[in-house]
Amino acid sequence: MSEITLIGLNHKTAAVELREALAFTAEESANALKSLIGNSNNKIKEAMIFSTCNRMEILFISSDKSCKASQSICSTGSSNSTGSSDSSESTDNTGSSDNTQVVINFLSEYKKLPVSRFQDSLYIYNGNDAVRHIFRVASSLDSMIIGEPQILGQVKAAYRLAALNKYSGVVINRLMHKAFSIAKKVRRETGIGDNAVSISYAAIELANKIFNDLNERCVMLLGAGEMAELAVEHLISHGVKKIFVANRTFENGVLLAKKFNGIKAVYGSNRRCAIQDIEHNSNIVQDSEDNLRNNQDDFSKNRENDIVNAEAVRFEERERLLQEVDIIISSTGATEYVLTAAQVKKSMTLRKNRPLFLIDIAVPRDIDPKINKIDNAYLYDIDDLQNIVDDNMEERKKEAFKGERLVDEAVIKFQKWLENLDVVPTIVAIKEKIEKIIESETEKTLNSLNLREEDQDAIKRMAQAITNKIMHDPIQFLKNSGNHRDDVFYLNAAREIFNINNMNGD
Amino acid sequence: MTLDNIERILSITATITYIASMAAYIFYLFKQKDELQNYGFFLICVGAALHFLGVCLATIMMGTLPAYNLKQTLSIAALALSGTFIFLNQKFNLKILGLFASPLLVIIMSASIILPNTLPSQPLFLNDLGLRSISHFWLISHIVMIFTGEAALALACGSGILYLIQEKAIKEKKRGFFYKRLPSLALLDNTSYTSIVTGFTMLTVGLITGLIYAKNVWGTFLSWDPKEIWSAVTWLIYAALLHGRLASGWRGRKSAIMTIIGFAVLLFTLFGVNLFIGGHHQSFTK
Repeated sequence: MSEITLIGLNHKTAAVELREALAFTAEESANALKSLIGNSNNKIKEAMIFSTCNRMEILFISSDKSCKASQSICSTGSSNSTGSSDSSESTDNTGSSDNTQVVINFLSEYKKLPVSRFQDSLYIYNGNDAVRHIFRVASSLDSMIIGEPQILGQVKAAYRLAALNKYSGVVINRLMHKAFSIAKKVRRETGIGDNAVSISYAAIELANKIFNDLNERCVMLLGAGEMAELAVEHLISHGVKKIFVANRTFENGVLLAKKFNGIKAVYGSNRRCAIQDIEHNSNIVQDSEDNLRNNQDDFSKNRENDIVNAEAVRFEERERLLQEVDIIISSTGATEYVLTAAQVKKSMTLRKNRPLFLIDIAVPRDIDPKINKIDNAYLYDIDDLQNIVDDNMEERKKEAFKGERLVDEAVIKFQKWLENLDVVPTIVAIKEKIEKIIESETEKTLNSLNLREEDQDAIKRMAQAITNKIMHDPIQFLKNSGNHRDDVFYLNAAREIFNINNMNGD
Repeated sequence: MTLDNIERILSITATITYIASMAAYIFYLFKQKDELQNYGFFLICVGAALHFLGVCLATIMMGTLPAYNLKQTLSIAALALSGTFIFLNQKFNLKILGLFASPLLVIIMSASIILPNTLPSQPLFLNDLGLRSISHFWLISHIVMIFTGEAALALACGSGILYLIQEKAIKEKKRGFFYKRLPSLALLDNTSYTSIVTGFTMLTVGLITGLIYAKNVWGTFLSWDPKEIWSAVTWLIYAALLHGRLASGWRGRKSAIMTIIGFAVLLFTLFGVNLFIGGHHQSFTK
C-alpha cells in the first residue's frame, strides 16, 4: 500500500524569513525532485514540491516495500497524526516516517539550513490528513485570503512540473486531479470567491453597483500610490474608456499615464505577463486574487483593439474635469481637501446629475466627506472600503465551512480508491466482475435453451472453468510483486482496463 | 361546459401560474440561481398566454372588450401588466423586476377572481347608446392604451422602489440583504426612465382616444368630471417628471421618489376617484 506524506510550512506556522529561505523556484524544485526520487536509498516513488510566497510543501509517496512487515501500522498510523507541528518528533518507526526524516534532512541539506531552524514550523501529514490538506490548499481553504483563486493555478503549475518529468505517478496523478476538481467544485458551489476582499477590488465592485457599464466611464486619478494605481489597473481591465491622471508634479503624471497605457498593451498581447507585472508592482498579497479574477471574468469583454487612453493633466484641471469623469480615485499627500463639497455641487448641475463615484484612499482624507450628502455623488473613503472588505472576509469564512464539507467527502472517496489500489481487492474486484458477466450470460442462454438439469450444470461448470482460466495469468501477474516493479502502476492499469474504479462509488 | 366556465378556469389557472412565478422569483431573491429567475419568467409568460386566451374568450362572448365591472377591469389591468413586463424584461433583462411584477399580478388577479361578476349598472352601454363602430374603436383603444400605460408606470414605480433601496445601501454604506441582489443604480434608473416614457406615451394616447370617445358619445371633449380632472393631474405629474429629467437632469433619487408619488396619484385616479368622488367611469368599479 502506498503511503502519502506531506511535509511543509505555511504563513500560519512560519515567518516570512523562513518561508523565503525554504522557497523553491521551478528549476530548484525540478532538481530537488530529481535527486529525491533518483536516490535509491529511500523508498520515495513519487513526489512534488509546491512552493509559493505563502507556503512550501513537499508531497511524496513512499513505496509499500519498506513497510511490508508492519503494514498494519502503516495504514492505520496515518489518521493519528493530526499534523500539529510537533508530530515530526513522533518516533514510530515505519517506512514513511523514515522517509519523512529523509526528506527533512534533504531539505536541510538542499537549502543549507540546519533542521533545528525550521523543524518547529513544519507540519507533517500522513494518509488521509495529507489528502485533506492538499484538497484544502487547492480549494483555497487554507490560504491566507480564503478563496483567493490564484492558488489553484499555482498548484497546477507545480503538478505540471512534476508530471512532465515523471516525478509523479499513479497516486499523485489521481490525487492532484481530484484536488483540481474539488477545488473547482468548492468555487462553484460555495461563495468563497464571491466578494471582494481587497480595498481596490471592493471599490470596483461598488462601481459596478453604481454604473451599468464601465466601458463607457471615464476615470480621474488624483495623486498616486500603490493602492490607487491598483484600483485604476482593475478599472482598465474592466475596460473603462478614458483615464485622466492629475498629479501635482506633471512629469510624474505623464509617467503614470504612460504606465497605464502600457498595461493595456500588455493585457492585450499577453495576459499572463500582465498578471505577473501587476503583481510585481503591487506587492499587496490581498490584491493578487483580483488580477486573476479580472482576467477570467472580464477580459473577454475587452476588445483587443480597445486601447486605453490614459492622459496626464495638470492638477489644477481637476475641477474642470469633474464634469467629464464618472469615477475619481484620490490618493494625494495633501493635508487639506483637494476636492470640496462646493466644487462637486457645482459640477453636479453641469453634469446633469449623472452619478459620480469618488474613492478617497488617502490618509488624511483628500475629499470633503460632506460630498456624500450631495445627490448622485457617492463617496467612499478607505475606512468604508476596509469595512466592506472585513464583512466580505467574514462572509467567506462562513462559506468556507461548506467547502470543508465538500473536501471531507472527496477525501473519503479518495481513501476508498487508495485502499482498493492493492493486490487483493483488485483481484477480487476483477474476478467479481468477470464472474458476474459470465453468470448473467449463462443464465440468459440457459433460459432460452430448455436443457436438462445435468446439461445445465455442465454448462455452468464450463463457464466457471473459463473464468478461472482467463483469470489465472492476470492474477499471477498482479501477485508477482517483486522485481522492483511499480505495483501501483500495474494495479491501477488493471483496474482501468476492467473499468472497476468507477464501481467503487467513484 | 359553458364558455363562461372555460373562461373562469382559464383565469384561475393563469392566477395559479402567476403564483408559481412569484414563488420562483422569491426563491431567486434568496438563492440567486439564474435558472429560478428563468422559471419565474417562463411561468409569467405561460400565465399571460392563458390569461390572454381567457380574455379573448370573454371578448367573443360579450362582443366587446370585457371591462364593464371591477372584476373584469382588474383582469384587463393584470393582463396589461404581464404583457408590459414581458416586453420590458426582454428588452432590458432586468431580472429583479419580476419580484415586483409577479406579486402585483397575483394581488390583482386574486382580487379579480374573488370579486363577484356584477351586472353592469349601465348594461351594455355601447348598444344602449347606439354607438357606431367608430366609437367602439375609440373606446377599446382608450381602455387598452390606458391600462398598458398604467402597467408600464407600475413597473416604473417598482424599479423606483428598488432604486431607492439600492441607493440607500450605497449612500449609507450599509450593505444589507438587497445590495448583492439588486442590479446597478444606472440600470434601475434606466429601466424606470424607459418605463415612464413608454407609460407616459400610452397614457397620452389613451387620454386622447378617451377625449375623442367622449366627444362622440357626449358631444363634448371635456365635461370636467372628477375622473378627467384627476387624469389630467396624473398626466401633468409625469409630464413634469419627464421634463425635469430631460431639461435639468432630474435623475436618481428625486426621479425615483417622483415616480412613486406619480403612481400613487395614478392609483387614486384609477380607483380612488370612483370610490370617494364619483363620475362617469363609475360602472367599472362596482
